[in-house]
Amino acid sequence: MTQWETVIGLEIHAQLATRSKIFSGSSTAYGAAPNVQANLVDLGYPGVLPVLNVEAVRMAVKLGLALGATVAPRSVFARKNYFYPDLPKGYQISQYELPVVADGALEIVLDDGTRKRVGVTRAHLEEDAGKSLHESLPGFSGIDLNRAGTPLIEIVSEPDLRSAKEAVAYMKKMHTLVRYLQICDGNMQEGSFRCDANVSVRPLGAQKLGTRAEIKNLNSFRFVEKAINYEVERQIELIESGGVVLQETRLYDPEKSETRSMRSKESSNDYRYFPDPDLLPVVLEPAFIESVRATLPELPDAKAARFASQYGLNPYDAGVLTASHELAAYYEDVAARAPGHAELAKNWVAGELSAALNSDGLEIGASRVSSEALAGLVARIADQTISGKIAKDVFAAMWSEGLSADAVIEARGLRQITDTGAIERAIDAVMASNPSQLADYRAGKDKLFGFFVGQVKKATQGKANPAQPNELLRKKPQG
Amino acid sequence: MKLHEKGLAALSAGLRAKEFSSVELTRHLLQRMEASQAQLNAFISITAEQALRSAAAADRARASGQAQLLTGLPIVHKDIFCTEGVRTTCGSRMLDNFVSPYDATVVAKLKSAGMVMLGKTNMDEFAMGSSNETSFYGPVKNPWNPHLVPGGSSGGSAAAVAARLAPAATATDTGGSIRQPAALCGVTGIKPTYGRVSRYGMIAFASSLDQGGLITASAEDAAMLLGAIAGFDPRDSTSVDRPVPDYVAGLNAPLAGLRLGIAREFFDKGLDEAGEQRVRDALRVYEKLGARIVDVSLPNLPLSVPTYYVVAPAECSSNLARFDGVRYGYRCENPRDLMDLYRRSRGEGFGAEVKRRIMTGTYVLSEGYYDAYYLQAQKVRQLIASDFEQAFAEADVIAGPTTPTPAFELGSKTADPITMYLNDIYTIGANLAGLPALSIPCGFAGGLPFGLQLVGPHFSEDRLLAAAHGYQRETDWHTRAPDGYS
Repeated sequence: MTQWETVIGLEIHAQLATRSKIFSGSSTAYGAAPNVQANLVDLGYPGVLPVLNVEAVRMAVKLGLALGATVAPRSVFARKNYFYPDLPKGYQISQYELPVVADGALEIVLDDGTRKRVGVTRAHLEEDAGKSLHESLPGFSGIDLNRAGTPLIEIVSEPDLRSAKEAVAYMKKMHTLVRYLQICDGNMQEGSFRCDANVSVRPLGAQKLGTRAEIKNLNSFRFVEKAINYEVERQIELIESGGVVLQETRLYDPEKSETRSMRSKESSNDYRYFPDPDLLPVVLEPAFIESVRATLPELPDAKAARFASQYGLNPYDAGVLTASHELAAYYEDVAARAPGHAELAKNWVAGELSAALNSDGLEIGASRVSSEALAGLVARIADQTISGKIAKDVFAAMWSEGLSADAVIEARGLRQITDTGAIERAIDAVMASNPSQLADYRAGKDKLFGFFVGQVKKATQGKANPAQPNELLRKKPQG
Repeated sequence: MKLHEKGLAALSAGLRAKEFSSVELTRHLLQRMEASQAQLNAFISITAEQALRSAAAADRARASGQAQLLTGLPIVHKDIFCTEGVRTTCGSRMLDNFVSPYDATVVAKLKSAGMVMLGKTNMDEFAMGSSNETSFYGPVKNPWNPHLVPGGSSGGSAAAVAARLAPAATATDTGGSIRQPAALCGVTGIKPTYGRVSRYGMIAFASSLDQGGLITASAEDAAMLLGAIAGFDPRDSTSVDRPVPDYVAGLNAPLAGLRLGIAREFFDKGLDEAGEQRVRDALRVYEKLGARIVDVSLPNLPLSVPTYYVVAPAECSSNLARFDGVRYGYRCENPRDLMDLYRRSRGEGFGAEVKRRIMTGTYVLSEGYYDAYYLQAQKVRQLIASDFEQAFAEADVIAGPTTPTPAFELGSKTADPITMYLNDIYTIGANLAGLPALSIPCGFAGGLPFGLQLVGPHFSEDRLLAAAHGYQRETDWHTRAPDGYS
């Protein structure tokens, strides 16, 4: 049996978060009525000319610097010529031979905790096409050109990825990075961040790459994983049954969880690339590049390393908390407001809070419990006003009612009983009402200890500091 | 002197002195335009109503003391310039129904300077042609002889000025489309430096070569208008951000000591004998004015036609892809499917010469041919540009004939595109190198006007205009109008 190795390269398309389009002044806001955000330039009217949006270049440079890549002092926009109704000019303006970013890398963490460097071949700027709408217009196709001219950066990886999991880890890491850099909103449902996966297999140990298939337009991490896994299996089965993999474009069907051939590359367009004579080469002075470097935020890896050392977190937790810069900022605020309880803060941010956000489908920025409020809760746990268990109920109330921890604790009388006398009275009462169990326990039936703890907690309605009943009970029966 | 014989400076003075109003001037010219159509076919649209409205507004502005230098002066625009609310056809069936929703920068600038647009001039389809015979609207006739071509692609603009239908016309020049028709019609035409005039709203043929400019009776008139249309335009990334000199003020710069370069390559065996003589006569006029004739060499110039016919079609094949029948312009009847819509809309909307160039351009950009043709042509283009650069180390201006021959007969070259293309052999070099160049009438060859071409270094329009004006003060060729149009 041949052992197969999977080889994957991703082409990630990230929509740049500029306010206007890459070559025109139209808005890039999502969700407007069809064609209201398309001006004469976007519509490809006779005589109009593109003018480069410098903000898009700035964002590309940011990405290049964050990837440790070479930012080209001179890059060139070319025309990619093909006919399609949602491509108004009959060509797409894209960078071809001379991209703005080349030779970078991104480090990912594998399941076993080892780190892997994934090469980034290039990243280039281009304009998006419009959208063809085939539904809802029987017998016709509609065209919406709102998206036409939206700035994209296409980030092309080396074929360094060896499994669907690695591909997902890489894509997630890039997703985190572009949002840290605030160059892309990362919204995958709206198509702001999507990828094409180039997938091939080869016998383990072989040097030569197998023929690859390109799976187009994957817009969720789950789809990336499923599509690649399906494709790898398909290719291996095909080869093992004597077939050959065709170089082709394939489409992933999430309904059926399979990839299907779209068109073969052999019959594909000759795009007749040539430098766009309407646009000058993009010349970037070192001073410009340095001015962009000065705006770089603390990047995810650096932040995770700092969290580990500053807050004493393990690498995994540091990674979780720095997955987005908003989450990291939230955590840092909680930790700063509850000094000395970084670990407890981590448990709450990564635990209860993240779960609540998930179940309500909210981003951290829309959290119903502010970092200040969560810090208030952490403080009450830390000073033993409430137990961790009660804190979960308090948190639930804070989440649903928008109250502070103190307000919930007061209103519901949840203050933890740490008064030894009160707990002792409860123990006495429990013992008095369960004489036979007490006798058995005293006779050596140790298992009944748990029964008494439970009864005491019940009697104190859970408000007893959980450590105290144990301790007092242990003394009592003997005494 | 009749109104239509006056140049822009005289007309401006007449308006200022209230000798006539802009409405009167406009009426007079509109009448001449209408009357000339059957004979010359110089216009695709005559915008009489709009012109009279603008003229009335100009007169009101003048009455209230708001007039500028160009207020109320008439102009016609080549139909390649987009004009808001006015049909803009580019000489093609493809845009026969296209009413532009916006003004080209050149149009907007002249409008805001108060000029009155009288109409849109006929032209070769998408500016592809040297005889005006590729226009969907039929050929323009040469006012000097209606059996002859006016040249192209700005044939309508040149014929209109030559026949004194309008004192000035905008035009565009990709390979000689301003200078060649100006030469063949006996008028003055200037193609500025690439980047001097905004291309925004000028329907693109070959973006790296196209440049808007002017056709007028004299260099003086050209100077008055060039200042108004030149300058950086934030809508055109290839326009150059550089101050615009006062071209009128520079007109009288002395020509003593001017080094006038003569390149052997402009005097090859294809040059008409009588025409050559007219050019040599003109050189003597310059010597009399104190200019010094120096020999220069442009060894790669003979490669300019083949180079041009790779670069220009390549760019046009891409530029014209937007005419697909989807959003505007010609759409075929009852398309069966998308492919059919594309094929028939383009097949029926474009004429033969446009198709020939789209095919050529598509070929030279194709995989496997790109390096051999497009890339190679770009390298030769560099060589031609550096030839000029070296020549300008020794000469201030390079002088020569604008065309090999005077105007030729309608239909005489349509069967053989190569012969037609060779008509631009002397003009294409300036486009490939992005240099400013102008053509002025320098006498007659076989009874037909002949043009002298002056080419200068980048942004030397002021020098070229001064050289042309100096010559026109010594000669009266530019004041000659064809019989029946004076």
